Amino acid sequence: MSLTYLEAIREAQAKLLRDDYRVFIYGQDVGGTFGGAFKATKGLATEFPGRVLNTPISEDAIVGTAIGAAMQGMRPIVEMQFADFSSIALNQILNNAGTHYWRTGVPVPITVRLPSGGTKGSGPFHSQSMESLYAHYPGLIVMTPATVEDAYTMLIEAVAIDDPVVYCEHKYLYYHLKADKLPDKGLPTGRARIAREGRDLTIVSYSAMTQESLAAAEELAREGLDVEVVDLRTVKPLDTDTVLASVARTGRLLCVGESFPWGGTTAEVIARVTSQGFYLLDAAPQRLNAKDTPIPYHPNLWSAHRPNAKNIVAKARALLRE
Amino acid sequence: MLQTVQRTAKVKRKKGAPASVGEAAAGKATPPHERFLEAFRWMLLARTLEEKLVSLYRGGQITGGVYIGKGQEAVSVACGLFLEKGDIFAPLIRDQAGRSAFGEPLVDVTRTYLGSRLGPMRGRDGNIHRGHPRDNELAMISHLGAMVSVTVGTLMAKRFRGEKKFVGLTCIGEGGMQTGAFHEGMNIAAVEQVPLVVVATNNHYAYSTPNDREFASDDLVERAIGYGFEGYSLDGTDLAACLDVIGGAVKRARAGRPPQMVVASVLRLSGHGEHDDASYVPEEMKRQPFARDCLKVAGQMIIESNLLDPDTLAEWRKNAVAQVDDAIATAQKEAVPEGDKEDWCALSTRHLVDHVGEDE
Repeated sequence: MSLTYLEAIREAQAKLLRDDYRVFIYGQDVGGTFGGAFKATKGLATEFPGRVLNTPISEDAIVGTAIGAAMQGMRPIVEMQFADFSSIALNQILNNAGTHYWRTGVPVPITVRLPSGGTKGSGPFHSQSMESLYAHYPGLIVMTPATVEDAYTMLIEAVAIDDPVVYCEHKYLYYHLKADKLPDKGLPTGRARIAREGRDLTIVSYSAMTQESLAAAEELAREGLDVEVVDLRTVKPLDTDTVLASVARTGRLLCVGESFPWGGTTAEVIARVTSQGFYLLDAAPQRLNAKDTPIPYHPNLWSAHRPNAKNIVAKARALLRE
Repeated sequence: MLQTVQRTAKVKRKKGAPASVGEAAAGKATPPHERFLEAFRWMLLARTLEEKLVSLYRGGQITGGVYIGKGQEAVSVACGLFLEKGDIFAPLIRDQAGRSAFGEPLVDVTRTYLGSRLGPMRGRDGNIHRGHPRDNELAMISHLGAMVSVTVGTLMAKRFRGEKKFVGLTCIGEGGMQTGAFHEGMNIAAVEQVPLVVVATNNHYAYSTPNDREFASDDLVERAIGYGFEGYSLDGTDLAACLDVIGGAVKRARAGRPPQMVVASVLRLSGHGEHDDASYVPEEMKRQPFARDCLKVAGQMIIESNLLDPDTLAEWRKNAVAQVDDAIATAQKEAVPEGDKEDWCALSTRHLVDHVGEDE
């Protein structure tokens, strides 16, 4: 039996609906026999009648409704059709869900699933990686699973957590990643994973860029360069300890992310390593992100816009030469 | 399981209530409602409290904004009065009377305004953002319209759990009604067919903006049809009408009718906040029928209809002052929050706090 990343998400939701009567799924096109724009809820509305509900195109109200339901004891999973459309719901996520516990002492256990990241031809409004935006605001947990196994266990954990979770699932990984079976448990939430051990350079990454970084590491291995790849798994909280331990071993740091370059996750990792592990570094830390423009539509432009194994290799080589 | 309820959106204009904003009933006394005196007492308390808050503000004792509901007490008290245990109330900024009628302790208000560490938000937020979510009094955020969908969600949760005969009520102004969030919330409420009552008060000014720059509809209540709600108009200066119309809306929502919208007309009798002198309100506005002070009108009716003798009324007024003074004195004695004693933690799940920017 082989499962894709997308199927793992569906399995996780099926398990959640089965095991926890408080869970319901709320979003556009998730219900009926359609089962979602990416089929993440295929079959679930039939198996769990009345708990997988189609909504109008009202992202603000969808999240607002989820917040209210969560306050009254439910565990809603909101499916945004694309991460990019969550900007309409920004106010409810950042200013309502994110502030509620701080202001009132009552936590808001919502999980907002964001189909994130670029695929060929998806263009500026169907490709965004918004984890940096959500991590910036207080009161939210931001998950960015990079493997089939993590897609499964981390979604289950997300719903169990009493605080709002923004779950950034990567659309490119949906059908490209496969696993033989699903684990019962994963690493604890907030712990980064050493995806590949190495001694010469640490690449810190997350989500689809973890896979690109691993491909880059394989390429570099052929030149005798041994790269350690750290998969953050959650961007917030960020596992600074694991990153520092890795940099202690390698002395060199490259951060790779798919979001826009100004600020964000890669900048955050570098800021922490520089201020807390300055003397661990043998060279200036570097980062690689998408370009500072909207995400292009044409496949040629799109593949030049985002980091990929090739330009990660080039950046890593330059860093290793210093 | 969700049930499909036949959607019949109606717009009713209550006899004696204004068909449009400019035609508020003047001088026609509606017979008192059975909860008239009870409501009046809450209005008196709210007015007394808010007058005291204003004088504290002017004396420099309150940091940040003070927003009062002067003139809107009749509408507001009706919002809180008919809600029962298990119902949801999502008030907005001019709802002191409703909050008190719903059960909010006076001391919550004074603690929040006077910065006591024991207030419901412990200094982390202020003025009218307070609430008690576990007691079904939702804590608003500043972005108007956002609480409509949140209220919808609370009602869906109750339905999921098999509860029956519950209602949710939320308040908004004619300004807040123009946000996208309000629109989305209204639509989703009707799609979900939740037992929601939305009470919209057109108090004729959204901060400094009069109606003609706020909306172009002839009558806001007509939007009820557009959303799939049942809609009712209301003269907000008339307490008995408020109790009748809003009480009726709550009753209908509880009985399973489509969501209810009530649009009340009454002039805001204060600035947007106490920092605002509202000098932009022209004198002729203040002479309109909808500019009558609902508290004065109700008080006059009580005397004229002999619902209370003057001595009892005077006693009630004294009582309100005493309760308010007591709540203020309590809050003033209490400790204030301190920056170095705060835990600075925005997550309830402590082990998932991200230690960003802290010294390791």
